[in-house]
Amino acid sequence: MASNQWLAVRARIARNALSIGGAVAVYGVSFGALGATSGLSVGQTCALSVIMFTGASQFAFVGVVGAGGSAIAAIAAAWLLGLRNAMYALRMSTLLDVGGVRKLLAAQLTIDESTALALAQDEEIESGRATRLGFWSGGLSVYVLWNAATLLGAVGAGALGDPRVYGLDAAIPAGLFALLWPRLRDREAWAVAGAAMCVAALLTPMTRPGIPVIATGLVAVVAALRALRRGAA
Amino acid sequence: MWLTILVAAGGSWAIKYAGYAVPARILDRPLVRHAAVLLPVALLAAIVTVQTFGHNQSLVLDGRVVGLGAAVVALRFRAPFIVVVVVAAVVTASLRALGWVS
Repeated sequence: MASNQWLAVRARIARNALSIGGAVAVYGVSFGALGATSGLSVGQTCALSVIMFTGASQFAFVGVVGAGGSAIAAIAAAWLLGLRNAMYALRMSTLLDVGGVRKLLAAQLTIDESTALALAQDEEIESGRATRLGFWSGGLSVYVLWNAATLLGAVGAGALGDPRVYGLDAAIPAGLFALLWPRLRDREAWAVAGAAMCVAALLTPMTRPGIPVIATGLVAVVAALRALRRGAA
Repeated sequence: MWLTILVAAGGSWAIKYAGYAVPARILDRPLVRHAAVLLPVALLAAIVTVQTFGHNQSLVLDGRVVGLGAAVVALRFRAPFIVVVVVAAVVTASLRALGWVS
C-alpha cells in the first residue's frame, strides 16, 4: 500500500478512537458519580477504573455494593461480566502477536471498544497493521478518557449534590442497555435477555442485592447447553 | 472495602490476561464460546432490570423507566452511544423537574 494511503487509514482510525473515547467519557462521569454516591471514596472509585477497567463490571460492582450486597456477590458479578473479555483476548492474541510487558498491557486494554475498533479494520492492510492500530489507539483513548471522566464524576458528585436531579441514575441503565442492544442479534439472544430480566425481577425482593444478577448467569449457561445439544452451537 | 476492590479488579484483569496466556484449545470450545456470547446478554439484561426498577430489595416504578424508554427509542433511531445516555438523563431529569415522576 502506498504510504499516503496508510496515512489516510491511520488518520481515520485515530479519529474513530477519539470519538469512541469521548462517548465513553460521558458515561465515565456517570460511573464516577455513582461510585462516590454508593459509599466508595474518590480513590476507591478511581481504583476501579484504573485496575478493573471494564465498564459493565464496574457498574455491576458499584451497584451491588451501593445496594448493600455482600463482597462475594460484588466480586462474582464483576468477574462474570468480565468473562467476555477473555474471549476478546483469545481473538486478539492471534492478531496482536505480543509478548512480555506488552502482553500485560494488551490484557488491560482488552475491552468491548478496543476489540470492536480492531475487528472493524481490514486485516489485509499492511499485514494487520490497521487492526493493531485500531486496538491500541481505541484502548488507550478509552483508558485515558474513562479514567479522567471517573475522577471528574467522583469529585464532582459531592459538588453536584443529588445525582437524581440530573437523571444520572437513569443514564446508567440506559448505557448498559446500549451495550446490550447490539448483542440482541437473534431470537436466542432475545429469549435469554427476556428470561434474565424475569429472573432478576423475581429474585430482587427475595434475595440480597447482587444475587439476582449473578443467578442469571445460569440462564446463559442453560441456554448454551441447550444450543449445544441441538447442535446449533 | 479496599480488599474487595482489589480482588474484584485484579481478578477482572486476570480474566483478560487468561485469553492471551491460556492455550486456545482450553477456551476455544463450542460450549465455552457460546456461553461467553450469552453470558453478557443475560447479565446485562439483569443489571438493566435491577438498575431500572430496583430500590434496595424492592421493585419500584420511577423516572428511571421513562429514561430507559427514551433510550430504547434513541437506539431504534440508531443514535450513537453518547446520545442514548444523554437522552435518558435529560428526559428523566426534565420530568422530575416538572414533578411528573419521582
